[in-house]
Amino acid sequence: METKNKYKNKQSVEKSPNAISRRFFLKTAGAGSALLAIGFQTLGGELMKFKPTEFNPHPLVLLDAEGKITIMAHKQEIGQGVYQSLPTIIAEEMNFSSLDQINIKLANTATKYGDQSVGGSYSVRGYYTDLRKIGAGVREMLEKAAANRWKTTPENCYAEDGKVFLKSDKSKFLSFKELAEEASKLEVPKEPKLKDAKDFKLIGKSLLRPDIPLKTNGSAIFGIDFKVEGMLYASVEHCPVYRGKVKSVDDRRAKNVKGVKAVVQVERNLFKNSFFGVAVVAENYYAATEGRKQLKIEWDTAGYDQISTENNLKQFKALAKTEGTVYEKIGDFDATFNNAPTKLEAEYETSFAAHVPLEPMNCIAHVKEGECEIWVSTQVPSDVRETVAKMLGLDVEKVKVNLSFVGGGFGRRLTADYVTEAVNISKQVKAPVKLIWTREDDISQSPLRPATYSILQGALDKNGKAIAIHHKVVAPSIGFENFGGKVGEEFDKGALEGFDKSAYSIPNQKVSGVYFKTDIPLIWWRAVYSTTTAFAHESFIDEMAVKAGKDPLQFRIDLIEKDERMKKMLIFLGGKAEWSKALPPNWGKGVAWWQFFAGQAGHVVYVSKQKDNTIKIEKVVVAIDCGTAVNPDNIKAQVEGGTVMGLREAVANEITFKGGKVEQGNFNNYKLLRMNEVPPIEVYIVPNSEVPHGVGEPGLPPVAPALANAIFNLTGKRIRKIPFKLEG
Amino acid sequence: MAEIKLIINEKEHTVDVEPQMPLLWVIRDFANLTGTKFGCGMSQCGACTVHLDGKPIRSCTFPVVAVQKQKITTIEGIAMDNSHPVQKAWIEEQVPQCGYCQSGQIMSAIALLEKNQNPTDEDIDTAMAGNLCRCGTYGRVRKAIKKAAEAMRNNPAYQKSKASGDSGNK
Repeated sequence: METKNKYKNKQSVEKSPNAISRRFFLKTAGAGSALLAIGFQTLGGELMKFKPTEFNPHPLVLLDAEGKITIMAHKQEIGQGVYQSLPTIIAEEMNFSSLDQINIKLANTATKYGDQSVGGSYSVRGYYTDLRKIGAGVREMLEKAAANRWKTTPENCYAEDGKVFLKSDKSKFLSFKELAEEASKLEVPKEPKLKDAKDFKLIGKSLLRPDIPLKTNGSAIFGIDFKVEGMLYASVEHCPVYRGKVKSVDDRRAKNVKGVKAVVQVERNLFKNSFFGVAVVAENYYAATEGRKQLKIEWDTAGYDQISTENNLKQFKALAKTEGTVYEKIGDFDATFNNAPTKLEAEYETSFAAHVPLEPMNCIAHVKEGECEIWVSTQVPSDVRETVAKMLGLDVEKVKVNLSFVGGGFGRRLTADYVTEAVNISKQVKAPVKLIWTREDDISQSPLRPATYSILQGALDKNGKAIAIHHKVVAPSIGFENFGGKVGEEFDKGALEGFDKSAYSIPNQKVSGVYFKTDIPLIWWRAVYSTTTAFAHESFIDEMAVKAGKDPLQFRIDLIEKDERMKKMLIFLGGKAEWSKALPPNWGKGVAWWQFFAGQAGHVVYVSKQKDNTIKIEKVVVAIDCGTAVNPDNIKAQVEGGTVMGLREAVANEITFKGGKVEQGNFNNYKLLRMNEVPPIEVYIVPNSEVPHGVGEPGLPPVAPALANAIFNLTGKRIRKIPFKLEG
Repeated sequence: MAEIKLIINEKEHTVDVEPQMPLLWVIRDFANLTGTKFGCGMSQCGACTVHLDGKPIRSCTFPVVAVQKQKITTIEGIAMDNSHPVQKAWIEEQVPQCGYCQSGQIMSAIALLEKNQNPTDEDIDTAMAGNLCRCGTYGRVRKAIKKAAEAMRNNPAYQKSKASGDSGNK
């Protein structure tokens, strides 16, 4: 790992998008737009896919009058490392050998940056080639400018570390600063030549992340750290029953609390759904929370108080008995299964889960006449802007969204619901308002990862070869409940991710789904449905391997007949995990892997039985094949984090419901894993020079099944529900 | 309201607040030191950890009136140039991801290493049990603590601070 490090003590944040464009070195509008078009002609299509936004010129690379090179970090840094990895890709093609000369700047929200949202492990995999083209285009223009100056051809010049050198006489060079003006007058290359991967100086290196020194001395600014002149603070008492409404409020005592300025009813919009509460607005946050305790509210919860974990399970089980709709078919599952010599059937149950990023939901909103300003930690800046503009009837250009580092996302911050709440409060009290949710608000009100229920059927031939598999999943729909859909007729096919197009070459397959209608608010969670369905699928594959009397890893490898890349990843995993080595006494081992939209990874988990009959997780070994590894150490960090999150969902408690309310409230009863509960995790990256795949999510889905399979290997007890207890 | 005098990072602050207001909000919103974070409000997550005369406390449940003449040290009082061995180790091991919990993690780690510069895994488990990290950086926190412990063992400045009970403002 590179040890050289700059201690930057100031977070470089863009003050205003307009100020930047003035400093943009390509001053003529035509050249500027055209340069940016290098990226965006090709980038546009992919951008549109994820979240449609207006397409405008997008200055990611800036050279100011002092010759300082700034690369904008235009995607939100939520811990995943894009603050460095995206600018690194541009800097690589500009032929820098370190980031020392590069000023990375956190972008504010602006249409010119296109979509700034982060989700789906998409940032690097989605923008890799385009960012390279932007960097290469800038480099070629600077080389051309030098060539013109020296009256030679660009082929005789090369850029390196902020200068362009003459190949024939390396003592001759011009700095980027000296070349900027001339370069800005040049035509933008349509297809700039990208570097050969063997010449990479930054990509593939574990560069130290420039945001980290800001996070070790307290200077990193998160959304919750913003302060605005004249700002009031708000805390909202939400209806404890999802979707319940305010019937009446007695706010007399609340208003008597010193510092309380106002009490207002407030609506929060989570896409198409509305949630209600009463906000106490005060001079300081403590007064707001004290005032909130004094509120007397009568709620109307009719129609929503029947939600319970017990009812959910009944509904899941009842729906599991229905046929559902078949979405994928290979061969003839039914006939093969009916006539097979060995058959297996099992049902798997999973749980609702909360995201609980450590930074609670918060937002400052200042609704003014004809405009609005927002300060927020979000995964979806563009969406925040559009949502606020729409709710206030403003042009998006009249909404300014100030961004910061984000204290965790995991999918929770893919909605602007808490922003709408802050805006509604500010609008009523006519002042800038900082809304901060308590942890209890977060756990009891936030949209959740849906639980799913799986029914699996499988068959083996007389040699123990898997010849048929059917996975039917009963799943709520994140899409329908948030955006609408043909309720009752269709099914959210997102819930089939990972097993609808499996790499397992089982000759007879069936994939089906049943829609589970619910009023529980839902949102994407890190690795989405895969975190539940992978548990069912990969546990069942293990059941088949055991029934066949085969080694669970070899059984999987043998089942992958066509996908050489996945086969190789599993062989690599087995080697790194020393799978074939004899186990110490009272140890067990388990394996699982998963391939889905975000990428692919596999886990081996080792467990041991303790004297008190509890199970200890000894070690987790992970292999990820993410194609080209932009920053290997950061990739490892992401996979370690995904593994810890997956472990938590496997062994810690679930979100439960009673009478329409969430039964958990804070970290005392919605437990996160603590230091002593996290085993050593080793992460290995499969060497692969193909285009990057995702890394934020793939480390999560295989954890729970690998652990459950290890426990089976140790105890002979098959676990078919997450979460489960680490007991023998 | 009451006028309360506080010494935060060796600087005196006079604030006029409700005596029961948690120290966390005084530090963040009145002293404007935002490195100390709010995560749970019930001493469960440790994001709000600060030192009171060198001992780690959870400022989210600590009423400001309970601070007498003790010195309060926040993350900003450690070393803005990241020169403390714990900060250096945190950077070398690339511990933070989102970073939100890390001020608290670092404050707990420093409090541990001020007392014990040769911590076992169990010592680390105990000292860090009050600090949650949703990004899952625990393995790196452990490595960084061991690395910092070694640096502090080899640095006479920290031997001295251990003996005098200094909170480590190097």
